[in-house]
Amino acid sequence: MKTDQDLAPKQPTPPSRKRNSLAKGKLPKWAIPATAAGSIILGAAASTLGGFAIATFAIYSALLFVIAATIITSLVEGNRRGKNALATYLVYGAFLLALIPLASVLYTVLQKGIPGINMHFLTSSMNGVTGAVDNATVENGTPVIGGAYHAVMGTLLITLWATLISVPVGMLTAIYLVEYGKGGPLSKAITFFVDVMTGIPSIVAGLFAAAFFGLLLGPNSRMGIVAAVALSVLMIPTVVRSTEEMLKIVPNELREASYALGVRRWRTILKVVIPTAISGIASGVTLAIARVIGETAPILVTAGIASNINLNVFADWMSTLPTFIYYQILTPTSPTNIDPSLQRAWAAALLLIVMVMALNLIARLVAKIFAPKNGR
Amino acid sequence: MSKRIDVNDLNVYYSKFRAVEGVSINIEAKSVTAFIGPSGCGKSTFLRTLNRMHEVIPGGRVEGEVLLDGDNLYAPGVDPVTVRSQIGMVFQRPNPFPTMSIRDNVLAGVKLNGKKIAKSDADALVEKSLRGANLWNEVKDRLDKPGAGLSGGQQQRLCIARTIAVKPDVILMDEPCSALDPISTLAIEDLINELKNDYTVVIVTHNMQQAARVSDKTAFFNIAGTGKPGKLIEYNDTATIFSNPAEQATEDYVSGRFG
Repeated sequence: MKTDQDLAPKQPTPPSRKRNSLAKGKLPKWAIPATAAGSIILGAAASTLGGFAIATFAIYSALLFVIAATIITSLVEGNRRGKNALATYLVYGAFLLALIPLASVLYTVLQKGIPGINMHFLTSSMNGVTGAVDNATVENGTPVIGGAYHAVMGTLLITLWATLISVPVGMLTAIYLVEYGKGGPLSKAITFFVDVMTGIPSIVAGLFAAAFFGLLLGPNSRMGIVAAVALSVLMIPTVVRSTEEMLKIVPNELREASYALGVRRWRTILKVVIPTAISGIASGVTLAIARVIGETAPILVTAGIASNINLNVFADWMSTLPTFIYYQILTPTSPTNIDPSLQRAWAAALLLIVMVMALNLIARLVAKIFAPKNGR
Repeated sequence: MSKRIDVNDLNVYYSKFRAVEGVSINIEAKSVTAFIGPSGCGKSTFLRTLNRMHEVIPGGRVEGEVLLDGDNLYAPGVDPVTVRSQIGMVFQRPNPFPTMSIRDNVLAGVKLNGKKIAKSDADALVEKSLRGANLWNEVKDRLDKPGAGLSGGQQQRLCIARTIAVKPDVILMDEPCSALDPISTLAIEDLINELKNDYTVVIVTHNMQQAARVSDKTAFFNIAGTGKPGKLIEYNDTATIFSNPAEQATEDYVSGRFG
């Protein structure tokens, strides 16, 4: 009796010498690193021709590498692979290019800012620090007097008030747009004007707030809350947009499930929709804060500039870190010895970056804490 | 605790489009009624009008009357929220609230409405509802874990537990097993058989074997063509619908000749 195995054709053993008809050429593993090394050497050589510079060296090497690697790959592995290699290297190149300013800014600010950061800088204001003090500091070589405490507090307070104003307004607008407006004429108009608001230059927002409070309280009424209003004009559209997006992705099934349990609409929104979207909303709000915390121009025209500690946003001028930096650079405390002012400005810049980074980290943390859990 | 539903000449619209035309049907208390019919014939739409969920969709409106033990759901002055707390609904896809634990999901109907409930009462309600949904033994040790972590079949039974926790008179189910595997489907069908003792159950299904297995009476809906409204073709005891239907269309459908 014949079994199935006998009937089946014998599997031909693959001849080892025959080339696999499915496979194409493959570059050895060392080929690309070798090309890179070669391009770097050639790039260095080419850049020395017109006087060596890091920039030309990097550009020549990168160009050489992209061209050489593409040609080698297409010769050995075929045209499609060659194009793939070209696209890949261009994408990496774009990424590196985008990274340059970030790395450069971080490096410069860290290098120039760290010497100025100390307890005295963090805990004292510029009150009483005059040109004479700075001159004496430079002559005697003593540590720089004066700090950014007042500016840090000003930044925190003004941003806090701006957040307190924008988050309710922005969130309620977004809730209206997603839950109630549903594409009606009013919601279309709101969406349009929110888009327009996104494009308002920050100085215009500042002038608006200054003029508005000028009308209400008389000219020259500069104080923290005016700056907070100016910043909230900039924040509201961002908050509306991000909240709207987050509310939109809450599945409709959850709303229906809640309605079907006999829950009213506003309770459904409050207890089902918002909690489901809260992680995204929170990170959107934090990013909106990060966007306005560095604003300079609207603060200058609304809160002015102060060298003393003012913790009351409803009276008197206030400084924030950006205006502090701006004034230290533009009008150094001592016009003849500007180094202490520069040091303070860079330290304040470092402080500002650290604050924004901390905000971004907080946003991620908040998103993680509030995110719906899926544990078993 | 269980009420009958009588529908008189109900027309259902999406804005100007009439989706369901002239449905009259009497659904007995403490029975299981199945709606069958091809896709798009309006059976889900009709089901949603029975607890006023249809009007949640923009443009959705209804003409005619739906009587719950003689009270018209669509009479002026009727609060849809009251209607929905008496007529619960289970949806096609399991939709437990992702932010809540299993326990909170069961209590959602109470807690979302802001009602205060003593812890002992809440515990009792959770256990009773989960037992009622045949889920208690599987989840009793992890009530504080998120509801979204359960399997699809368990999630659907959690949704049923959530629905019976608000003590409705009627439970509507919109293809409750279409996203589930055969074993979970069997669990839900067993559950429907038990629910019948306390509730009026109306179920939409695409699965004719399921309709034959679980329901006492069956309603067949059909549609004349695309863009035409769906109609109730035949409504009778399940045995009659499947063995000896009066209408040719019903016989064609249940015997698999079309649809």
